[in-house]
Amino acid sequence: MNARIAHIASNTFREAVRDRVLYNLIAFALLISAAAIFVGQISIDIERLVVVNLGLAAVSLFGVVIAIFIGIGLVSKEIEKRTLYTVLSRPVRRWEFIVGKFFGLAGTLVVNAFFMAIGVFGALLYVAHKFSAPDALILVALYFIVLEFLIICSLALLFSSFSSPLLSAVFAFSLFVIGSFADDLRGFAGLTHGFARWIATGAAYLVPNFSALNVISAVAHQQTIGSQLILQNTLYALFYTTMALSGAVLIFERRNLK
Amino acid sequence: MTSQRRTTIVAAVCLAVSMLASILLLNHIDQIRPQEIVEDSLYINSPKLLKRASLGFDGLMACIYWTRTVQYFGHRHYFHERTYNELAPLLEITTALDPHLFPAYQFGANFLAPAPPNGAGQPDRAIKLMEYGIRHNPDNWQLYYNLGFVYYTELKDYRRAAAVFNAGSKVPDAHPFMKVLAAQMAEHAEDFATARLLWSATYQSSNESNIRQNALEHLRAIQVDEDVTNLQAAVARFSASNGRPPTNIWELATAEHLPGVPVDPDGNPYELTLDGNVQVQHPDDFPFAKKGLPPGYEPPLKFHSKP
Repeated sequence: MNARIAHIASNTFREAVRDRVLYNLIAFALLISAAAIFVGQISIDIERLVVVNLGLAAVSLFGVVIAIFIGIGLVSKEIEKRTLYTVLSRPVRRWEFIVGKFFGLAGTLVVNAFFMAIGVFGALLYVAHKFSAPDALILVALYFIVLEFLIICSLALLFSSFSSPLLSAVFAFSLFVIGSFADDLRGFAGLTHGFARWIATGAAYLVPNFSALNVISAVAHQQTIGSQLILQNTLYALFYTTMALSGAVLIFERRNLK
Repeated sequence: MTSQRRTTIVAAVCLAVSMLASILLLNHIDQIRPQEIVEDSLYINSPKLLKRASLGFDGLMACIYWTRTVQYFGHRHYFHERTYNELAPLLEITTALDPHLFPAYQFGANFLAPAPPNGAGQPDRAIKLMEYGIRHNPDNWQLYYNLGFVYYTELKDYRRAAAVFNAGSKVPDAHPFMKVLAAQMAEHAEDFATARLLWSATYQSSNESNIRQNALEHLRAIQVDEDVTNLQAAVARFSASNGRPPTNIWELATAEHLPGVPVDPDGNPYELTLDGNVQVQHPDDFPFAKKGLPPGYEPPLKFHSKP
């Protein structure tokens, strides 16, 4: 990573921290502690399952919300405050600005996820009193959630590069929902014929497949995740992120900022 | 006092008073609200729709629905309700959302199968639930065990129970008692020894305190049933040879050459009524016992009745 990208990334991270983004950790801590303490009293035999399911779902949802609501403002806010012109008047290329912003937001989310992961493992230790070898699988689920963040960040930036913050939020959130149904979309494509099949199949492959990145239920039941899935999900997320970021760069390079 | 300070005090008082008033009002509203309608409403009863709506967090949704099921059953059970209309749908939604949620099958069958007020009195739905569980978790021998148990305890269908225990015994890593249970079902289904074996197996194979407590209660009840059956036979023998029933339990013990007065699992001597019926002193301590109870006795709540 070149120095200019690193500077933009670190500034984006600092700005997110200054915007009190990490305050969500308090809400997360309260949620996971309450679940760990109270679920045993109102339910039967699912304390561990709840901690894993709720913990990982919260990591994912908090991260997605942060990614969308910060990601959509990354470009537009800079234009609104006119700080973008100061940045671009220096020897900074537009693509470096976009990539730097991406790494800054991704870094914020990784740090956020790291602290939440500590919370999940802490709650797990509280309910189970000890760790077991299959608990390491939670790290795989967390890794997949981070991959999901990378995709969402890149999509938020893509929409932010040409649209207003409100519309960007709507687009990004819609894609998150549609991406969660990606398997169904593919099944639907299989049922159609002719031109509709082409369209449906194209749409099914174009939207991000978040269902492949969601292994929370499997991990909660201590089912092993194959190394091939880890490798291919990693490659898929990297390619998809690169695709969306490239789109963002292409649009932003041609955008009239006057 | 400055204007700002005055505003702060007034706003704080308003906040506190409003909060208190809203809490009090909500309590009143809860009391006058038709509770049954709220309790019995299951707004979305399509497992498929719920699975889609969970956006991939179906495991978490299953935990929420399982907790809701426990609360639904617990609430109605506590208030001696005899209808559990939403219990089976709730369990079906829970297991459709997460087909590997074993507590939903194990406890679900216990909630559904027994006759009211101890359960919903729906052994057929319990069997469907367990069969669904076995289809999705064919390597789990405990699900076969629970299914066989429903056939044995609720339907008295010993042939099917034997078949299910036998099928379960073939699952890799199945507990050895599955084979024994299958054999016992085929030949001695109605023996006390078989019932004792089943509940001992439940006690040994579960780590869940509620299930173990329940099994322990049943084992104690089986002991009482067996003791009372034997003592009642002794009373019949005494009556046949003396032309009258024994006047008290000591007379019966002496006639039968027992080492002492027969006692229940808690160590309390059994009692003998004037008409020759053997009874336990504290029937509430044996909520699952079928024998040795005073005439017209209504047992207290059974399932999970003890902490």
